[in-house]
Amino acid sequence: MSEIITKTAAELADALAAGETTSVELTQVHLDRIAAVDGSAESGVHAFLHVDAEGALAQAAESDARRAAGETRHLLDGVPIAVKDVLATQGLPTTCGSKILEGWVPPYDATVVRKIKAAGLPILGKTNMDEFAMGSSTEHSAYGPTRNPWDRTRIPGGSGGGSAAAVASFEAPLALGTDTGGSIRQPGAVTGTVGVKPTYGGVSRYGLVALANSLDQVGPVTRTVLDSALLHELIGGHDPLDSTSVDAPVGAYVQAAQQGATGDLAGLKVGVIKELAGDPSTGSGGPGWQQGVLSRFAETVDLLKELGAEVTEISCPTFVHAMATYYLILPAECSSNLAKFDAMRYGLRVVPEGDPSAEAVMKATRDAGFGDEVKRRIMIGTYALSSGYYDAYYGQAQKVRTLISRDFAAAFEQVDVLVSPTSPTTAFPLGEKLDDPLAMYLQDLATIPANLAGVPGISVPAGLADEDGLPVGFQVLAPALADDRLYRVGAAVETALTARWGGPILGLDKLDLQEEGAR
Amino acid sequence: MNGMAQISRDEVAHLADLARIDLDDAELDHLAPQLNVILEAVASISGVAGDDVPPTSHPIPLTNVFREDVVVPGLSAEQALSGAPEAEAQRFRVPRILGEEQ
Amino acid sequence: MSDVLVDFDDVVAAYDPALGLEIHVELNTNTKMFCGCPATFGGEPNTQVCPTCLGLPGAMPVVNGKAVESAIRIGLALNCEIAEWCRFARKNYFYPDMPKNFQTSQYDEPIAFEGWLDVEVEGETFRIDIERAHMEEDTGKSSHVGGSDGRIHGADYSLVDYNRAGIPLIEIVTKPILGAGAKAPLVAKAYVSAIRDLIVALGVSDARMDQGSIRADVNLSLAPKGSDALGTRSETKNVNSLRSVERAVRYEMSRHAGILDAGGSVLQETRHFHENDGSTSSGREKSDAEDYRYFPEPDLVPVAPSREWVEELRATLPENPATKRARLQEEYAFSDLEMRDVWASGALPLIEATVAAGAAPQSARKWWVADLLRRANDAGVELAEVGVTPQQVAEVQALVDAKTINDKLARQVFDGLIAGEGSAAEVIEKRGLALVSDDGPLLAAIDEALAAQPDIADKIRGGNHAAAGAVIGAVMKATRGQADAARVRELILEKLS
Repeated sequence: MSEIITKTAAELADALAAGETTSVELTQVHLDRIAAVDGSAESGVHAFLHVDAEGALAQAAESDARRAAGETRHLLDGVPIAVKDVLATQGLPTTCGSKILEGWVPPYDATVVRKIKAAGLPILGKTNMDEFAMGSSTEHSAYGPTRNPWDRTRIPGGSGGGSAAAVASFEAPLALGTDTGGSIRQPGAVTGTVGVKPTYGGVSRYGLVALANSLDQVGPVTRTVLDSALLHELIGGHDPLDSTSVDAPVGAYVQAAQQGATGDLAGLKVGVIKELAGDPSTGSGGPGWQQGVLSRFAETVDLLKELGAEVTEISCPTFVHAMATYYLILPAECSSNLAKFDAMRYGLRVVPEGDPSAEAVMKATRDAGFGDEVKRRIMIGTYALSSGYYDAYYGQAQKVRTLISRDFAAAFEQVDVLVSPTSPTTAFPLGEKLDDPLAMYLQDLATIPANLAGVPGISVPAGLADEDGLPVGFQVLAPALADDRLYRVGAAVETALTARWGGPILGLDKLDLQEEGAR
Repeated sequence: MNGMAQISRDEVAHLADLARIDLDDAELDHLAPQLNVILEAVASISGVAGDDVPPTSHPIPLTNVFREDVVVPGLSAEQALSGAPEAEAQRFRVPRILGEEQ
Repeated sequence: MSDVLVDFDDVVAAYDPALGLEIHVELNTNTKMFCGCPATFGGEPNTQVCPTCLGLPGAMPVVNGKAVESAIRIGLALNCEIAEWCRFARKNYFYPDMPKNFQTSQYDEPIAFEGWLDVEVEGETFRIDIERAHMEEDTGKSSHVGGSDGRIHGADYSLVDYNRAGIPLIEIVTKPILGAGAKAPLVAKAYVSAIRDLIVALGVSDARMDQGSIRADVNLSLAPKGSDALGTRSETKNVNSLRSVERAVRYEMSRHAGILDAGGSVLQETRHFHENDGSTSSGREKSDAEDYRYFPEPDLVPVAPSREWVEELRATLPENPATKRARLQEEYAFSDLEMRDVWASGALPLIEATVAAGAAPQSARKWWVADLLRRANDAGVELAEVGVTPQQVAEVQALVDAKTINDKLARQVFDGLIAGEGSAAEVIEKRGLALVSDDGPLLAAIDEALAAQPDIADKIRGGNHAAAGAVIGAVMKATRGQADAARVRELILEKLS
């Protein structure tokens, strides 16, 4: 088993092409792995909310038949994948980690799901997440938290902790995530995996249950940069069903990753974002920055110089307002998006005593069906949009958003990419920030600016922090529609660090997993 | 704006009503102070952007994205009603409606 | 109803009414505003739905370009400015017939604004200022079960069909209409009528008020005569015929005056109109607490019609219906009464086409408004669908003018045309309807008729030419109507002079 599950998606694709394995075999191996380690929310990784063994094996069998007939549809045809539970999957439950959608089975596929199905990737199941993608720890899932496979007492990041943990624990070679303020990149950072938030509009949002429509993007969650590039090329591209989809060709991400892996970054101009880099010499990068994170970041920046990059410090002064901007725009949009969950057409219906009106049923259902964090954000959003406050809150946030975009534009006139730590800390213990929303929000301070400006970003493993031995993420940001630069720089970092650490940062031996029943 | 960023328990109750969430007293007591902490934090953007700064509603500006006026197949009634808590006569059955149409 | 109503003359003696009209026009596009579902009426419940118009999680809207085009054309026809850049917004409120619990609408950035429309009432022209025309989507439809006669109040539960949800609507909003005085009810009616005519001419909607494809909301307030301030308004929703618009305004004026005369204050609320007695009743109170939390729809991008496109659309505009009506009345020399009937029957475009095909205006009018309208009414179809084309009417009239047939035979030709017996010539041939053009058979028939009624011949000889009518009748009967009555008369008089 371990031989197959530790292979990258690209390696699995090669093995399939070479006839060394079958899709059914490697799908079964991953299903076995899920059965062995995923367990329950109480002690297991709990990356999955729903496993579709039957469906995945059927898709795998079809893939094998196609391959036998010489009709393979895509390089990744037959390589299994996990899908975040915020993406609509026809015939498979889609809950968004919320009680209010318990049991809902969409009658349609999200565009990205349609694409992976059409390419022949068996879907292993749906991964856990913070309810409606609100959170940075996956603790806000109504179905219990996902645990970090590096240390099951710690969070796997969020909101896409399930996808990241599934890939980190070798339950799936590939996963789809969504990133509104860091929900792909921060879980990638704290689980030692790779996560990419594409340019806004680069990947269709049709069928992604919106958290904040102007910020959300679907992206790859993988163990290597090349695998992300492969998946990104598959899911990217214009979609007439998404009005905000950019009508531009998909970039040559695989080629960029392969070029980056040669380790030559000569002439590349890299900007270290002053406001997001802390001060590695003192470790006092502002409150909340962990010394081990800053050290690994500084080393990685030095590495880029060794590879030929020209590194300068770039100031983006308005980034300090990104958090506040984000926590006004997001609640406003989501307060409206989540209004549709009203017990009338689908999902949970709670009927209070007596002969309740539709309004009373809506209120009771929304009280029972939404968790605290969702309620908090709906209330903030309702407030920010209400008459008399719109200009001061939502309107002002949209203006600051312009300033943040301008900072990016100015920065990208000087440099090709910007870099920062992905997350200010490594994985923190479960429960630590659960009752302190602001502390939780700070987890995303480095990832949020990219969402506000719509630019793409990647998080690649930068090693392990000295103080806790947990993974640290290195974030690269590029101008809109220049996602290929992420792959070039990400692959260069990955190759060099793998050499330095004597192998991949993530490995089976590093994980804190227990086979089911062993406990 | 910092002064404005204090919302009373009554205001929280009003917001909950607007958002159709039936918060009980305990929840109001629990949420109201948290909301104030959050609002205080986000209020820091007050005055950051002047009147001359245009708002951004979409990070990647596009205009005139239109669809041809051509019918495409949708859902069957069975699919449409597949998630309905209650259905009758091929319609969604909902509890009695109190308010008027807007 | 406990409303105190003031006599209308007393109302206008003491108060100035301010009108405001909001008209919703349902467009006749093939598909809905934001998805590819059919926008047609009458489908089985919940069969014209998709993830988008059903508000399923994850589904997204895409704007129907044809609906934007129709909106711009309506705006141009209303003499509006067309926005260079505008957006859709979300109007947030909860209601079971609204799948997303927000309506995607335009808020402070309408596609068309600052226009006007002139309407004429009793010889006086009123310029109605248009504030805006904007795009939005319709809601689903609820039917209420239990309680009294299917109404919302007292119902046990409701059943919702979302086929209508997402059908494109254009909402046309006037500025306050002041100075109409006693003519306010008629001005309101004339305005709605003018909008309907305009929509028909543009071809952008079925424009059937009875089916709800045009719905009017009537805002009304009263202010004491001479006062500058506007009074508190009521909004009577969904008034669905021209007559009802007039009655609703009249009723609300009398009701408001009753309240104000008694020193009370009018409640800002929506009202329902009742066709049976022309009254209105209280609906929903509009309070300041109502808060729709509008914000730009983040799933849609701005609409920025290029000036080239706008000008292209302007070139497609039909002549303004009111202008056209006046022009044709003059050209055709129709009396006011004749024109009124022509207009009311919807025959004007048919008459116009018939005249274009060569018929004289009066002849064209006569056939359409007299004979063919009766047939259409009997068959329960629109005049245009009666089964005869303007081209055919012109041909038949040409045959009458050439004395090949007479009016009576022409009616039989129409029978044949409607029955699908071929062209007018073919119908005449098959049915043997041509007039007898040879004097021989006519003279024989005259002799026979005179022989049967000798006293008549004497009367005619004695100078009573009117008595010839009886002989003509007998000849017509003998020739099965295929004689030219004028020629028969000439022959009789020649013979007996």
